[in-house]
Amino acid sequence: MSHSDGMNSTAPAYELIEDAPHALRLALTGDWVQAQAIPDFPTLRSELLACSPEALTVDGSGLGDWDSLLMAFLLQCHSLCSAEHIPFNAEHLPGSANRLLEVATAVPPHQRPQEARAPLLERLNPVKALRALWRDLRESIAFLGDLGIGLARLVTGRANTRFSDFRHFCYQAGPNAFGIISLTSILVGMILAYLGAVQLKLLGAEIYVADLVLIGMLREMGVLMTAVVMAGRTGAAYAAQLGTMQTNEEIDAITTMGVSPVEFLVLPRVLALLVMLPLLTIYADLLGVLGGAIVAGGMGITMLQYVSQIQDAISLTHLLVGLSKSVVFAILIAVAGCRSGMQSGRGSAAVGNAATDAVVTAIVYLIVADAAMNIFYQQVGI
Amino acid sequence: MSEQAHISIRGVTMAYGARLIQRDLNFDVNRGDIFVIMGGSGCGKSTLLKHMLGLIQPAAGDILFNGQSFTRANPAARDAMRRSWGITYQSGGLFSAMTVGENVTLPMQLYTNYSEAEIREVVDYKLALVGLSGYQGYYPSEISGGMRKRAALARAIALDPEILFFDEPSAGLDPISSSLLDELIVQLKESIGATVVMVTHELPSIFSIASNSVYLDANSKTMIAYGNPRELRDHSDQPVVRQFLAREASAAAENAQ
Repeated sequence: MSHSDGMNSTAPAYELIEDAPHALRLALTGDWVQAQAIPDFPTLRSELLACSPEALTVDGSGLGDWDSLLMAFLLQCHSLCSAEHIPFNAEHLPGSANRLLEVATAVPPHQRPQEARAPLLERLNPVKALRALWRDLRESIAFLGDLGIGLARLVTGRANTRFSDFRHFCYQAGPNAFGIISLTSILVGMILAYLGAVQLKLLGAEIYVADLVLIGMLREMGVLMTAVVMAGRTGAAYAAQLGTMQTNEEIDAITTMGVSPVEFLVLPRVLALLVMLPLLTIYADLLGVLGGAIVAGGMGITMLQYVSQIQDAISLTHLLVGLSKSVVFAILIAVAGCRSGMQSGRGSAAVGNAATDAVVTAIVYLIVADAAMNIFYQQVGI
Repeated sequence: MSEQAHISIRGVTMAYGARLIQRDLNFDVNRGDIFVIMGGSGCGKSTLLKHMLGLIQPAAGDILFNGQSFTRANPAARDAMRRSWGITYQSGGLFSAMTVGENVTLPMQLYTNYSEAEIREVVDYKLALVGLSGYQGYYPSEISGGMRKRAALARAIALDPEILFFDEPSAGLDPISSSLLDELIVQLKESIGATVVMVTHELPSIFSIASNSVYLDANSKTMIAYGNPRELRDHSDQPVVRQFLAREASAAAENAQ
């Protein structure tokens, strides 16, 4: 390919000459290279169509240097001519330009099939949105069903689930999360204490900060915050792992080995989270109460007062409410993560979408389930 | 050799830590060659390509492009040298989050001062060259494996490179697609005047397009043949090379190991 030094190059230009009636000659002159003002194709297009020619000949005899810009221009001329059924000829083009044009025009352009776009009203149709939601829900339920079957096979000892996988995921979901859970739960405990302190001070009942922190952590905040952190941490990781396995055709390989991917991949993950989330919740509860103690100390409540108040307020019921939630949340997070991963498309963008989807779905599920369980416990008076 | 070699490999030794892959590689790739790096599985073909691309540093020796050391060049000079290369990877290496058109657009946005409209026109042209006109809006996951390879080729030639590198261009393609790809490589090479370096062990493509080659041996861990593969097949003094090229799994090959 030729190169110009920029000093003695001439501006690229074209001229349309009428050779014979309705036979046009497109004479190209100058250097058709980068950094030159390449003539605009739409202008030529309108000039050409105005003449309604019956043949077009491109004449490259006045051509200087050229690069891909010339070829792009020629290709557009060629496409226009074939669209308008005008015979296209090239004369005096450099040999390699001719060859490139031949290669470029060897395969006719592909027409993307038009996807019928639904009209606006139809896209806003609430019935359709509800149907999509229903389909999504049904898929989730089907996935839960597969999981149940896998679990039943596991209990009867027929499932292809490896204990080493389970142990590995337990380690990932449990001890590896200690740092971040410690930080968030101490802070949440402190936030609860501050929140209560301001209100209780008005009544002169600062000592009840201990009750507030304890009950708040045990029943609600300890488990919810832990679950949110785990949704972002472990749920997203599950989706990314399974999505990448889907991309690498590993899941296909597992299926064709006659092993259910739900048993082999999903069960150990779900079970690991099911075991670790309640344990992390107890840990978070402890640290949250500790965080409350720090704030209470700052308010002039002694450690002894705080602890004795805690002893009065504590009850197994509060702990069990929190733990029952943690079991439900663990299943929701693991199912959202694994389902997004298993249904992920192939490619890096699809895996990213799966991870995002996993976290968003898990958090929405968490909050809905939390609200539902609170209403239930309220109604039955626990 | 009257003119300067386009790429020169001088005494290159490749190793992963203490594990030696190949040693004492010495050969030239001439301007306008279609140069094939061949050898049995695991002999270090792809590793050699990665050395030439600067993804791995050689344990010893030097690689020169146009007589200029690449191994010892500073990062800025390396980037400048790489800009005149087009590379297609074994599985294409297309960015899956971008459409085919955006993949080809990217190098032009980074390294040319084309206007938006010019980029669009040149992208259309490059895709037409590889027979993918009209596929600008497709994602790599929506097209077939052969099309992905061709799309990767369109991205590789986006900047009109002087050297085109291919890692197993026809791996995983059916014979027809792979011979079409070979044909395309030859046509492009002739019209843009590039030097082509490829790693492959597809004998049909080696014989139909290669003009020069080097054979890396996994046992002696060095190159044992250099030259036109058709001549090597008939006249190489190394029985392993003749068998490789004649596709014979004979007892002699077993003995040689």
